[in-house]
Amino acid sequence: MAKMIHSLFLINCSGDIFLEKHWKSVVSQSVCDYFFEAQEKAADVENVPPVISTPHHYLISIYRDKLFFVSVIQTEVPPLFVIEFLHRVADTFQDYFGECSEAAIKDNVVIVYELLEEMLDNGFPLATESNILKELIKPPTILRSVVNSITGSSNVGDTLPTGQLSNIPWRRAGVKYTNNEAYFDVVEEIDAIIDKSGSTVFAEIQGVIDACIKLSGMPDLSLSFMNPRLLDDVSFHPCIRFKRWESERVLSFIPPDGNFRLISYRVSSQNLVAIPVYVKHSISFKENSSCGRFDITIGPKQNMGKTIEGITVTVHMPKVVLNMNLTPTQGSYTFDPVTKVLMWDVGKITPQKLPSLKGLVNLQSGAPKPEENPSLNIQFKIQQLAISGKKCLAWV
Amino acid sequence: MTDSKYFTTTKKGEIFELKAELNSDKKEKKKEAVKKVIASMTVGKDVSALFPDVVNCMQTDNLELKKLVYLYLMNYAKSQPDMAIMAVNTFVKDCEDPNPLIRALAVRTMGCIRVDKITEYLCEPLRKCLKDEDPYVRKTAAVCVAKLHDINAQLVEDQGFLDTLKDLISDSNPMVVANAVAALSEIAESHPSSNLLDLNPQSINKLLTALNECTEWGQIFILDCLANYTPKDDREAQSICERVTPRLSHANSAVVLSAVKVLMKFMEMLSKDLDYYGTLLKKLAPPLVTLLSAEPELQYVALRNINLIVQKRPEILKHEMKVFFVKYNDPIYVKLEKLDIMIRLASQANIAQVLAELKEYATEVDVDFVRKAVRAIGRCAIKVEQSAERCVSTLLDLIQTKVNYVVQEAIVVIKDIFRKYPNKYESVIATLCENLDSLDEPEARAAMIWIVGEYAERIDNADELLESFLEGFHDESTQVQLQLLTAIVKLFLKKPTETQELVQQVLSLATQDSDNPDLRDRGYIYWRLLSTDPVAAKEVVLAEKPLISEETDLIEPTLLDELICYIGTLASVYHKPPSAFVEGGRGVVHKSLPPRTASNESTESPETAPAGAPTGEQPDVIPTQGDLLGDLLNLDLGPPVSGPPLTTSSVQMGAVDLLGGGLDSLMGDEPEGIGDTNFGAPPPAAPARVGAPIGSGLSDLFDLTSGVGTLSGSYVPPKAVWLPAMKAKGLEISGTFTRQVGSISMDLQLTNKALQVMTDFAIQFNRNSFGLAPAAPLQVHAPLSPNQTVEISLPLNTVGSVMKMDPLNNLQVAVKNNIDIFYFSTLYPLHILFVEDGKMDRQMFLATWKDIPNENEAQFQIRDCSLNAEAVSTKLQSSNIFTIAKRNVEGQDMLYQSLKLTNGIWVLAELRIQPGNPSFMLSLKCRAPEVSQHVYQAYETILKN
Repeated sequence: MAKMIHSLFLINCSGDIFLEKHWKSVVSQSVCDYFFEAQEKAADVENVPPVISTPHHYLISIYRDKLFFVSVIQTEVPPLFVIEFLHRVADTFQDYFGECSEAAIKDNVVIVYELLEEMLDNGFPLATESNILKELIKPPTILRSVVNSITGSSNVGDTLPTGQLSNIPWRRAGVKYTNNEAYFDVVEEIDAIIDKSGSTVFAEIQGVIDACIKLSGMPDLSLSFMNPRLLDDVSFHPCIRFKRWESERVLSFIPPDGNFRLISYRVSSQNLVAIPVYVKHSISFKENSSCGRFDITIGPKQNMGKTIEGITVTVHMPKVVLNMNLTPTQGSYTFDPVTKVLMWDVGKITPQKLPSLKGLVNLQSGAPKPEENPSLNIQFKIQQLAISGKKCLAWV
Repeated sequence: MTDSKYFTTTKKGEIFELKAELNSDKKEKKKEAVKKVIASMTVGKDVSALFPDVVNCMQTDNLELKKLVYLYLMNYAKSQPDMAIMAVNTFVKDCEDPNPLIRALAVRTMGCIRVDKITEYLCEPLRKCLKDEDPYVRKTAAVCVAKLHDINAQLVEDQGFLDTLKDLISDSNPMVVANAVAALSEIAESHPSSNLLDLNPQSINKLLTALNECTEWGQIFILDCLANYTPKDDREAQSICERVTPRLSHANSAVVLSAVKVLMKFMEMLSKDLDYYGTLLKKLAPPLVTLLSAEPELQYVALRNINLIVQKRPEILKHEMKVFFVKYNDPIYVKLEKLDIMIRLASQANIAQVLAELKEYATEVDVDFVRKAVRAIGRCAIKVEQSAERCVSTLLDLIQTKVNYVVQEAIVVIKDIFRKYPNKYESVIATLCENLDSLDEPEARAAMIWIVGEYAERIDNADELLESFLEGFHDESTQVQLQLLTAIVKLFLKKPTETQELVQQVLSLATQDSDNPDLRDRGYIYWRLLSTDPVAAKEVVLAEKPLISEETDLIEPTLLDELICYIGTLASVYHKPPSAFVEGGRGVVHKSLPPRTASNESTESPETAPAGAPTGEQPDVIPTQGDLLGDLLNLDLGPPVSGPPLTTSSVQMGAVDLLGGGLDSLMGDEPEGIGDTNFGAPPPAAPARVGAPIGSGLSDLFDLTSGVGTLSGSYVPPKAVWLPAMKAKGLEISGTFTRQVGSISMDLQLTNKALQVMTDFAIQFNRNSFGLAPAAPLQVHAPLSPNQTVEISLPLNTVGSVMKMDPLNNLQVAVKNNIDIFYFSTLYPLHILFVEDGKMDRQMFLATWKDIPNENEAQFQIRDCSLNAEAVSTKLQSSNIFTIAKRNVEGQDMLYQSLKLTNGIWVLAELRIQPGNPSFMLSLKCRAPEVSQHVYQAYETILKN
């Protein structure tokens, strides 16, 4: 993994290289031409292949928040290593500047440079934990820049971060709060593919437990579940003691300070996932006519008395669709005639009156009846419900 | 107040302005100026002219300013080496600073300044820092050793830094251990031979302890290092696996994949009967699936690796088919990879679901994806026999859509289905013929023509159809032209009466009007065949074709095993060994899976063959003679290969084989027919081949048949084990090569050390330097029962196709039985290729000796041979090395000898023997000097046995 990342280029959507950082010798920007070539070939920005080989280098890139992070490497390296690292860089920018955008990065270019230098040394990642980075380089705040300009002090810490070398590198020492609090968010996403007739082709639950911990000192926490056997496929934050989980199925850990993701887990379709909504749909195109009918209705299935909210429906219509003339019973819809994407922002479902969207579809005249079936993508939220049935038990 | 202000300096005199600011007395102004300089640097502006001014700001207590100056230094030191020296003093001073952060920062920055002069000054501070009391400094210094090594390796060795680094592996701080491992791995990469990372059970134990405590990146370094270790037995392998498994639950996907690599590698050593083996298999599935819920870039890399894992151990993910279903919003590169894995996992149990999905995909928008989906349906049909019918009807549905590219893909795959299941689905031909006009891609046209030719007797208007293609013959691509030629010849052989004119027409188009040598030569061959012996033509052209197998797109097993060792690396993404693409190939060590060494001597039972491995099928990974003939007919469409091109050169048979192997083998079958047939056409020129010049195919034949030879026969080395039972599921093969009275044979001894009966043996050779090939199929008459041994003599000829091997006498062999296919390679002694008419005329010898340039002469010494000149002559003669003349010069016997190889290469030798001295001097001259070494070895073996 020699010299893992040689150089890093940040490129915006219009193809401007707006930041470059070299960890070894300077690599000419022209190396990015290979990337632009691949970008041109890919119809969509999202389709640019993440690993591109050039005569002398490899380019490994990620696409985040409308920015490309393109890294240049020269020798055999684990690409996942690089990709993970690039995502960590983007996460850090997000964490420091509130957003990971070209404007934010340009506004804080010196901090960005300091951060990149602190995160990687000769291809070896140094400090990637936000807790440690923040001790080394203070995030920008309006207050601090005012204070700094008055006192002349800097935003670079001059003592060694305490967590850097302890066995708990993720936590800084000497944390003090007057109000000690800890919050946990359990977020579960169902990812399901349902066929025309309504039967589930594939469903799984992706869950995460995000925590916000504001506790003084070195708190040692444990968290146990009512039905831990659901959690077979889990990825843990390094702070969790794996031995204890293996033997007792208890999450025991000294948490980092602040926000972090404690665990993420997957519950696969074998444990039958009940999808809380259903869609009735009828989309038809008449033979030899330039219009078709479109009619979808959404309704709740068993939802344990919770309301389903924040529903949006996205439909990718066939290419020959010119325009759509629809009436929603609630919410609003838009149709983008260029990308052929129909978006319907539904809002909440009230069981008394099920939301529906009906109307006419205009096709290109003379075009044959579309073969493909439009796919519907539905997103919704339910507060205070864990689909997997996971329950959290106690705090020690 | 944001940093963007640094970008908006006045354009005019920018550098000048900055210079003034940098030299300002005010600290704050200085800092702002340095920030401006850094900002310009980030967008690629050249601010190197400010070097001295920036370096002047280095002496400061302000850490931020210091860091900024260091940043600048790292970027520009290389271009201003003399100036960089100015900074050295400050560095040395900073390395003594009471603040560990500053000490570490200084040593880190110094290592990044890639200027030779600075490195001398770096040594002392570095040595101190490596022993610093603060672990943060030590871990930074460890990395610095690697940096320094990259600049000046000799210096690092002389200063003893490598030993210090090795000591750090036992450091009390896990982060220091991880960095030391990383640095050592990096250094070891550029010194593949050095034993830097001398892993032993103790150091492994230390690494495993550090693994639990260091950061995620450190874990990756340690895991990658562990993967290079070979445990001494299965117990040790198991205990390492047990301690690595918790990493599978790590949030960092690179840690997960590195852990998977270690487990996949060490699993090889575990007996499949162990309970732990099963547990491990179960534990591997969830983390791999979890990788697929990560960002698309991570998914892509994960999928490329899963593709390898699925081929190696299909049982891990066999129940997880659904996670590979394509989502509409997946990027195309993820979609294509998922599709590939779906096919690999397709089995009778899940084929219905897979087909339903594939049918959906075939109506998607993206053309590449749709094409691949259609191909995938074809591959399902070939892989899962029970589903073939459903696949065919799905394909017919798709053809009905009349979407041009869908139809074309469908026809290409249907051709493969016809080949896999002959005489089953021909009823659909009529539907296919309806779409003849819409085909505009060469592959689809060629496939359709193949179908028409193959089933000419069932298609009433086959002649009309083919004739319609003939009109634009010269505008077609080569693929289509070749196919059309063959198809019409087939048609003629099936319906000779009505199609004579057509066949004349195509033959003249191919031989007279075409500039393409492949086409012309194929035309001539058919012409000759048809005009001399139509019966033989029928036998050749309408011969039974070898079945195609479902697994043609599998990665060759040895390559797969190597790639498994590279899980998670670029090699695994490209499915090529690193030596194939890493620039310069520097420090690439060939890795292989560890052999199973059980502590309790449990032998593997043959029943434990992986569930997904093909049994009883005929995957033709290495083409046989039969295939070469097949090549003449119709196989240039190639097997349904998808995915990236493989590095195995044996899978795709190019047009060269048509001439090289194909023609030779055609003629080799009936040598007497050739001498008196005059075709009136020039003999095809031997294709340019790499390596040894090869005589024309015709002369090879005579070498074989005209040999009178001595009766004694050549020296036969004792049998050696070529394929140990452990590697071949219980089949042990040992053997040797013999040459007797002009014929070469391979004497094999097959032993069944498994518990089940073995049947259906077959053997194939890969292309090799001298075209060695089996002259007859491997005849094992009765099934081989357990513990039974059978001796077989397999006659060989040298008319197979030729490819230069390294070493020259390397022979790669594939042996198949009812259990599996096995591969091994062996070296054959060159003297089996010495032909019986290798005695050169005296005059000729003299002329040739002079004619061959001196740089082609090679000298060798044969030691410890007590024979006299007479005995040497006799002994060599029995192995077809002929003494032409003998002279005595100054008490030394000089023997002048000649020999000829099967491919017509002459080797001339001068052997100097001094009575009483057991060392002989051998000088060899040959137009192909690369054979000399092997000829010398042949001398050695013959004389000493």
